[in-house]
Amino acid sequence: MALTYDAAPDYSAFLKPAKDGGATFDLLVKGARCAACMAKIEGGVARLPGVRSARLNLTSGKLSVDFEGRSGDPGRVMSTLEKLGYDSAPYDPGQAAAAQDREGRRLTMALGVAAFGAGNAMMFSVPIWAGLFGQELGPAALIMMQWASGLIATPCALYAGMPFFQSAWRSLRVGRANMDVPISIGVILTLAISFAETLLRGRDTYFDAAVSLLFLLLIGRWLDHKLRSRARGAAADLLAMQAPAATVLTADGAQHRRPLADIVVGDLILVRPGERLPVDARVEAGASELDNALLTGESRPVPIGVGELCRAGALNLSGMLTLRAEARSDDSAVAAIARLVEAGAQSKSRYVRLADRAAAIYVPVVHTAAALTFVLGWSLGLGPREALLRAVAVLIITCPCALGLAVPAVQVAASARLFRKQVLVKSGAALERLAEVTHVVFDKTGVLTLGRPTLIDPMPEAVALAAPLARASSHPLARALAAQDGGTALAQDVVETAGQGIEGLIHGRRARLGRAAFVGVEGAQGAETELWFAFEGDTKIRFQFADSLRPDARETIDALRARGLSVEILSGDLPGAVRSVAEALDVRQWRAGMTPADKAAWVKSLATVGHRSLMVGDGLNDTAALATAHAAMAPGTALDASQNAADLVFSGEGLGAVVTAIDVARAARHRALENFGFSALYNLIAAPAAMLGLINPFVAALAMSGSSLVVTLNALRMHRAGR
Amino acid sequence: MTIFFLLAPFSVLLALMGLAGFWWTVRSGQYDDPAGDAARILMDDADDAPALIQVRAREADPG
Repeated sequence: MALTYDAAPDYSAFLKPAKDGGATFDLLVKGARCAACMAKIEGGVARLPGVRSARLNLTSGKLSVDFEGRSGDPGRVMSTLEKLGYDSAPYDPGQAAAAQDREGRRLTMALGVAAFGAGNAMMFSVPIWAGLFGQELGPAALIMMQWASGLIATPCALYAGMPFFQSAWRSLRVGRANMDVPISIGVILTLAISFAETLLRGRDTYFDAAVSLLFLLLIGRWLDHKLRSRARGAAADLLAMQAPAATVLTADGAQHRRPLADIVVGDLILVRPGERLPVDARVEAGASELDNALLTGESRPVPIGVGELCRAGALNLSGMLTLRAEARSDDSAVAAIARLVEAGAQSKSRYVRLADRAAAIYVPVVHTAAALTFVLGWSLGLGPREALLRAVAVLIITCPCALGLAVPAVQVAASARLFRKQVLVKSGAALERLAEVTHVVFDKTGVLTLGRPTLIDPMPEAVALAAPLARASSHPLARALAAQDGGTALAQDVVETAGQGIEGLIHGRRARLGRAAFVGVEGAQGAETELWFAFEGDTKIRFQFADSLRPDARETIDALRARGLSVEILSGDLPGAVRSVAEALDVRQWRAGMTPADKAAWVKSLATVGHRSLMVGDGLNDTAALATAHAAMAPGTALDASQNAADLVFSGEGLGAVVTAIDVARAARHRALENFGFSALYNLIAAPAAMLGLINPFVAALAMSGSSLVVTLNALRMHRAGR
Repeated sequence: MTIFFLLAPFSVLLALMGLAGFWWTVRSGQYDDPAGDAARILMDDADDAPALIQVRAREADPG
């Protein structure tokens, strides 16, 4: 977007004072993805006066700027970034701290502690294991080894197990049992029994098993977290983190950038071409055209003038607008959509993940088996101590190590594959939901179509005549016209009348390009998807534009049908425009003129008739539907809010990514179920062996790591699957 | 066997030092931006690169 900072707005509301007298300013830089970008951005910003240092986190896209004093100029940082070619948005100072990946650090640390504990406890366990196989180990040495192993393993297990204990506690409090419940019970019981055995001079202690179990499980947990944080890094949670700002004009004519929440009714707001309207507002001065496509799905620009009411979220296309705020940010049309999104996200969070569904079957079975072992063992004359030891062995050997790794390992491999194909997966749960989809709902504008006008039936001679004038304008239709011509000639003395057209000299002749009335066509209807061009007093030429289909839209829909999925189009556009697209794609189910709430309600109603729907949309009017649908995808060109509401974001021109994503998600589900099958088989063999007392600590250690390895290797096959 | 009482605690101590080092790397944010750190090491003009590397770079490129 081409902005001129005639008077740079004031961003000082976003400065966060530091302890040493300086101040920091955190902003999110979009599109900084390479080493060269990082060098350019850090170098450019650090050279600004008053800036002590600038550091860009390439993973999360967050730029931290340190100012020497409290009076730094954040606006200058942003205009510098813009000159370098990067869009940026300031973080709300209160939320910037939350952007730090605390959970990631804790998991990494827990993983390190578990690795230390497992390795060192095992060092003392090896002599004990040797003793099991008749090697010489005196009773005193055995006790010493057991104590050493226990003293190292216990604190490590308690620290590394915290993520599991906390999660188990949270789930138990709401009356459910997730996978972490048997893990926590298993680990704590194992440690307790092992200490009891050590005190009673017993033979079997499982200290090393408890920690290595946690270590293997933490690998799965860590992978799952990585998957989610990489998506966050790709600016997925943009809406939640960034504080969108608006330019407010004060009585003395000064411009201030204010957080949206600070705008009150009656404020004068300045909106430049290329910016979005921050709140619902009435035009005070200026004329322009608004693009409501992301708000309503309507593909044609709407002209507006003084006194008209405009909705928040609309894109200002051509002229500078001064508006009077009519509503606060919370009361604007956009906020109503945000509330719908919230409601949709809540329904999605109730989704029960594959691993937890497996746990729901697994937990009662295993715990019953362990209890039976104890009761039966005791009543059949084993003695309480031996019966309890066998019951614990059952719990340890069946502890869901492989189950904990089965899903995350597959999902990380799957999302890495999709990432290479330019599809970003935001969470593992998203992949699971995508695999279950039975019905695909497409938005029209910007998804099935390219979302930008292209010239219909271009006549090269006519285009060449008008191109010099078209090139001088930033209006989308003019740009579409200029794109058809290879020349570089530019008109002279160009004057652009916002919302009307453009006038200038081409080879000395005066010419006009714009709306029918502007060019002097009488009695024309003045459709919004056409441009007229004429030299003064000459014949008038009409150019017509339409939003064209994505090149592989038809192919994609056929491929989806071949996979047994039904396809539907929901659009906010006029019935005529939607019908022509639906007919071109041979889609029989379509609905036009839908509001954001309609779309969300329709998607919800699909669920009641047994459909699991995938919503593919890009606009603000789709966000509620995206959040409500079973799974959601958005193109990389979509509005931040839509990318935020979607589970997967795909970039590139093609729609084929939708098919690829579904294929990979289905393959991942298949592989995860395969892993569950393997775990079940393993438990069917291991549990009876433990009941019969055939398991000793050495066999337990071997079996546990062995099964985890097999599951991980199987997951790695995902790299090749579905290719 | 007595040597065991020296060597066993010593080996645990060594491992503890490793764990402390790991704790420091996590605390100082060395795992927060893997992509950035991988790129940063290749940047020529970085002021925070060790002095020796900068001297070597100058020697290798007398122009």
